[in-house]
Amino acid sequence: MTTAYRWELTKLRYQKRTYLGLGAAVLVPIIFAVAVSLRNGGPDDVAFGRYIHQTGFAIPLVLLLFGSIWMFPLITALVAGDIVASEDHNGTLKTILTRSLERGQIYGGKLLAVFTYTVAAIFLNGLTAVIAGGIVSGFNPLTSLSGTVVQPGRALLLIGGSLLVYLMPMLAIACIGLLLSTVTRNSAAAVVGTLMFSLLVQLVAILPGLGGAKPYLLSTQFDAWQGLLREPVDWQPIAHAAWVSPLYAVPALIAAYLVFLRRDVAGG
Amino acid sequence: MAQVPVEVRGLVKRYGDLVAVDHVDLTIEEGDVYGYLGPNGAGKTTSLRMMLGLIRPTAGSVRLFGRDPQLSVKALEGVAGFVEAPRFYPYLSARRNLELVAAFDGGDAPSRIDDALATVELTGRAGDKIGGYSHGMRQRLGIAGALLRNPRLLLLDEPATGLDPAGMRDMRALIRRLADGGMTVVLSSHIMAEVEELCNKVAIVRSGRIAYEGAISELKRTAGSGYRLRTTDDDRALAVCAAQPGVEDARLAHDGIHMNAEEAVAADLSIALVESGVGIVEMVRESATLEDLFFRLTEDEQAVAV
Ligand SMILES: Nc1ncnc2c1ncn2[C@@H]1O[C@H](COP(=O)(O)OP(=O)(O)O)[C@@H](O)[C@H]1O
Ligand SMILES: [Mg+2]
Repeated sequence: MTTAYRWELTKLRYQKRTYLGLGAAVLVPIIFAVAVSLRNGGPDDVAFGRYIHQTGFAIPLVLLLFGSIWMFPLITALVAGDIVASEDHNGTLKTILTRSLERGQIYGGKLLAVFTYTVAAIFLNGLTAVIAGGIVSGFNPLTSLSGTVVQPGRALLLIGGSLLVYLMPMLAIACIGLLLSTVTRNSAAAVVGTLMFSLLVQLVAILPGLGGAKPYLLSTQFDAWQGLLREPVDWQPIAHAAWVSPLYAVPALIAAYLVFLRRDVAGG
Repeated sequence: MAQVPVEVRGLVKRYGDLVAVDHVDLTIEEGDVYGYLGPNGAGKTTSLRMMLGLIRPTAGSVRLFGRDPQLSVKALEGVAGFVEAPRFYPYLSARRNLELVAAFDGGDAPSRIDDALATVELTGRAGDKIGGYSHGMRQRLGIAGALLRNPRLLLLDEPATGLDPAGMRDMRALIRRLADGGMTVVLSSHIMAEVEELCNKVAIVRSGRIAYEGAISELKRTAGSGYRLRTTDDDRALAVCAAQPGVEDARLAHDGIHMNAEEAVAADLSIALVESGVGIVEMVRESATLEDLFFRLTEDEQAVAV
């Protein structure tokens, strides 16, 4: 599987969409930071929105809030939705499936490559946001959601932790993308489908009368990291996300695995 | 116990109502250069896909050296090949594509890359992206990719189709060379001459079913042998032919008299002709070409039932 994984990463390195996704993950924080430096106001109605002029550490957190709507799902879907479908498009499945690696190993390599890309996108985004934010607003103490002051060192640590927590629902989205890529065999359909899924879940969350379902929706898990920014840390939403996110990810992975293992490779 | 390279039993593949492969049985022995001959849509590619484990048979089984390719790619050990046009990653160079498949092969496959590129004469273009490769170059790269596995059995699906005449000639020469090196080769084709030139055994398929299987020489023998005769007096010769026991189906055409006859009968006929005062200008053996047999077998419904 390490062979398959290594070569999946090589393939990603040679494909434009990888750079499109990672480029967006880097560019968005820079553009946001520039916009912050040019204007006085801010998104006061969201958490940390009012602090973006006081400290750069607020900027990655605001991006996490907005990014869950479509930016991060899109960045993930761009690669996750393509990883199997592009093999169908190029007709290369027959090329790699007639060598000495089992289908399961190739699937595993693809899954790990998608996860690697997703982690890279999130952390590149966070890192760029901290640096760009620090440059325009200073590396000043951050005000936590409980109103306490968080020193820069600890703020950095909490941001890193938030990115990790954020990755739980993100990787679930990646798994959905992989499933759609495997089932549709069409990159565009899988990318759009993944994005639609993520938007639909958010739509369900705001429907009246479905309040009871809200804790179990994937979109809710995108806010779990906020528990880290309370004093004391509220672990409940994080623990919740840690088991709800796999509820989405694991069935998608198993379904994709079975389809990939059993499917006919004709055409191409 | 030595296992035969390919043993196919009762292989069936259905696509809805269409039976693409219909109860195919094949046994391919070590050292065979086996032609899998049939018109477009006969089910050649579908059969090869099942042999390579790419698609699941509806029924029946494939064994490669005794192992089932449906269960594990381990069955492909010592086996290489491709179906339809070989495909590679267009955004990678030829060499990197080969590095990728060699890594997937494991073992010492990576060390064979240079040799394989040289064998298919692509060394000079190995650094180019596949995106810019011609069909012929891709076809050759496909063979190079197969050679990395150091195969004992090579499965090729119409490897010369779509190539220009020179490319076709080179491809056949290459296959000839590999077969002479002791490789067992299965070659699907819709081109008679190709199979006649390269193969010692042939299966003729039509609508998913095998119409004939056996040695090419055997096939030609069963088809009977004919003679073409040119004489000083064709009308008189025709009468002699008609009277000669064992001569069948004698008919006059623009290029002489055609007939079916055994060798001994033909010898007797030549004496009879001379005794009747007919001079023999030309008497040529005309064995049915594979092409004739092929059309007889694939167009004639009754032949399929044989
Ligand atoms: N994936 C598929 N889905 C449906 N029909 C198929 C598929 N693959 C092949 N067929 C049909 O099966 C028959 C045999 O096709 P194929 O094996 O490609 O023939 P050949 O290689 O001898 O030209 C054809 O009628 C073809 O249309
Ligand atoms: Mg074909």
